[in-house]
Amino acid sequence: MAVRRIDQDHTRFRQIVRGKIKQNLKRFVSSGELIGKQGDKFVSIPMPQIALPRFRYGENKKDGVGQGEGEPGQPVPGQEGEGEGQAGENAGKHTLEVDVSLEDLARILGEELELPNIEPRGKKNLRASAGRYTGISRNGPQSLRHFKRTFREALKRQIASGTYDPDHPVIVPIRDDMRFRSVQTREVPQASAAVIYMMDVSGSMGREQKEIVRIEAFWIDTWLRHQYKNLEVCYLVHDAAAHVVDQHTFFHLRESGGTKISSAYELCLQVMRDKYPVAEWNVYPFHFSDGDNWSSRDTERCVDLLKTTMLPACNQFCYGQVKSAYGSGQFKKDLDQAFRGDEKVITTDILDRDGILPSIKDFLGKGR
Amino acid sequence: MANLTPDLAALRDEARDLARSYGLDFYEVIFELVDHDELNMVASYGGFPTRYPHWRFGMEYEQLSKSYAWGLSKIYELVINNDPCYAYLMRSNSITDQKLVMAHVYGHCDFFKNNAWFSHTSRKMMDVLANHGSRVRRYMDRHGVEVVEDFLDVVQSLDNLIDPYSPFIHRDDGRVREGEGGVREVKKIAAKDYMDRFINPPQFLAEQKRKMQEEDARNRCFPARPTRDVLKFLLDHAPLQLWQQDILAMMREEAYYFAPQGMTKIMNEGWAVYWHSKLMTQHLVDASEIVHYCDTHSGTLATRPGQINPYKMGVELFRDIEQRWDKGRFGERYQACDDPEVRRRWNEPTKLGRERIFEVRRIYNDVTFIDEFITPEFAEDQKLFVYGRNQQTGQLEIVDRDYRKVKNQLLDALTNFGNPIIRVVDGNYQNRGELYLVHDWCGADLQMEHAQMTLSGLQKLWGRPVHLETSEEGKGKLLSFDGTQSTSKDITKTTGQALAVGRGDPPSR
Repeated sequence: MAVRRIDQDHTRFRQIVRGKIKQNLKRFVSSGELIGKQGDKFVSIPMPQIALPRFRYGENKKDGVGQGEGEPGQPVPGQEGEGEGQAGENAGKHTLEVDVSLEDLARILGEELELPNIEPRGKKNLRASAGRYTGISRNGPQSLRHFKRTFREALKRQIASGTYDPDHPVIVPIRDDMRFRSVQTREVPQASAAVIYMMDVSGSMGREQKEIVRIEAFWIDTWLRHQYKNLEVCYLVHDAAAHVVDQHTFFHLRESGGTKISSAYELCLQVMRDKYPVAEWNVYPFHFSDGDNWSSRDTERCVDLLKTTMLPACNQFCYGQVKSAYGSGQFKKDLDQAFRGDEKVITTDILDRDGILPSIKDFLGKGR
Repeated sequence: MANLTPDLAALRDEARDLARSYGLDFYEVIFELVDHDELNMVASYGGFPTRYPHWRFGMEYEQLSKSYAWGLSKIYELVINNDPCYAYLMRSNSITDQKLVMAHVYGHCDFFKNNAWFSHTSRKMMDVLANHGSRVRRYMDRHGVEVVEDFLDVVQSLDNLIDPYSPFIHRDDGRVREGEGGVREVKKIAAKDYMDRFINPPQFLAEQKRKMQEEDARNRCFPARPTRDVLKFLLDHAPLQLWQQDILAMMREEAYYFAPQGMTKIMNEGWAVYWHSKLMTQHLVDASEIVHYCDTHSGTLATRPGQINPYKMGVELFRDIEQRWDKGRFGERYQACDDPEVRRRWNEPTKLGRERIFEVRRIYNDVTFIDEFITPEFAEDQKLFVYGRNQQTGQLEIVDRDYRKVKNQLLDALTNFGNPIIRVVDGNYQNRGELYLVHDWCGADLQMEHAQMTLSGLQKLWGRPVHLETSEEGKGKLLSFDGTQSTSKDITKTTGQALAVGRGDPPSR
């Protein structure tokens, strides 16, 4: 069958979806509504704005007719407890959801923020495929004909069918004997990447601040996963001391107490030494905090750690300062002062959810 | 697509002959055997694989294929009102299901051919839609895909603004005919006969008369009376290019073609279920297949407490009617009897049931069907109830089981197949060429956001500002779009209605 009509319409539909996501990227990012809807490879994105508008009834059409048991005054069975139930002959609010692959989403993010692709460096663990003509197949162009194999096949056939005459060794290949060189994909090792997220969970980081970190981390993940085929992620939290935690804990833990940022950097360095040696890994440490540190002595220690050990071992170091009601924001100033002009250190201020996109652009815009 | 296998062809012939023997009357039915992907594809085009290109169909297709892949839904049957009828069978279905679908399809085809509401639909729609498709494609080649697509988007968002009864009624278009409605005379200044020529010069009188006629023409309402066929009004009066007019006309034709299916959903499905059930249980199904059949059949008729299943509702009503007319439970004497016990046992062997249901399938539509045949006994047997939302708990609660309330509620939902009724009242609003629409508000509000968006699409066609008068929670609202911004303001509701009523009357002067 030729190209089916429906495929054209379907492609057009996907194009429109893509356009809408691009248009609304900012809203999707700041509302954080995509997170939690992602599976391994796809995100479902609610797209009410794609359905054609019509003059139609709204939600206040609350009465309806049903069929079943029950006395007047009893609740209609089969609805959800929260009163969100959508029983009724009008299907209720039906939001269109479209599945988009994370790969696509990353591409859209890249186009919208004009992110450069990251140049691969390092040599291990990651696989990419390269084609080489090492295989043999029964079909192919004449230019790739494998003479020796073809001859051998013809010979075999002639011997088997008894037409081979040793005194008069003429071999005539037929179509079935033909063998051709073919492309075989071969896996070659490529650069691998690790992201280390560090978050300040001291008392001053509230829910909203953590949500911002969560959203930002989702998009950074999406982008880096698009760039590296194999991405490892590691989560650290710190207040006065630092711990390695899993993803869920990272986003939900609420601790209180003081803040000693150096503790996180020390732990981070240890993780990098143990698991992600610089020769083989592209390491991206991200640190999110509200900018309050225990003391200026500790800040000095942080700067020192960064300068001497962390920076040489990672691609770039990113610090995102989330505004909170209690944070002084001093830490960013100190970092900016210490690393003025150093391309490897990127610091951003995230005032609110709308600040997420620009901050991502700053972090990833260098293509390192 | 492929033709039927010999087995299926034999089954088809058997089902067809059986259906005929019961008096079903249909055009030839062509069954196509397709796989699930092809079926989803055809279904996305509303059954017509040759329709015009539009992303909406692609969206439909994505949803259908996904929900099929996830096992959430499966299309059993798809049949098209055409001569010959086309119906699709899914290759992977079991033989039992194929039999059921065939029997079901013959029910639908009989309904398409005989129900009065379908009498004005084109029976060559397959060809018509294919022609529409190639015309739209040609316009896309000539004017650009996006331009045409944008226009299609707008028209499609308006395609429920039609007058589904108009094929059956000759509506007076209200034009004042020659010699009607009393022509006004130019008042003369009183003068003696010999002076008249100078005081009232004939040129001046003629001039005045012309002015008066012009004024009358201006005051004449436009449209003469409110019309629900907004698409027609746009077609006649909106400043459209030729290709736009052509597309608008095509979309309108399609809307009218599909309208009767919306008007007879319950009846049409009920009729098909009635016949598949009859043919299957009495003839087609083998003893070994009976459990499988029952499984599928009851899946079709399953009800959920808060919902009405049109298949169930339809078939139960048809069966109830058949039983009533078999047992003489109709007419004046039966209606007058108010002893429930007597009514329940009423049995006069009139044996008119079969005849009656054939008649019903010919002349009724969902609204009249529900209105006429839901009886207190039926509502009770079927456990119908009206529900509403309890403001305190936010839960849906059973409000009433009175059959009249149930019926009213159903009729409400079915009126204009669940779409709001909207009329063009004035095409020259405030004498500035603006378009004024009125929504006949009867309790349910419009979805305002959508209404605003639809309005802005409408403005693209009309060119001048457009207005929609509606109500929100009982208070009058006027939504407007002037080409750049949407506004919504409170109004006293009466203006439009007075306008509507005033203009509904024949002009008298």
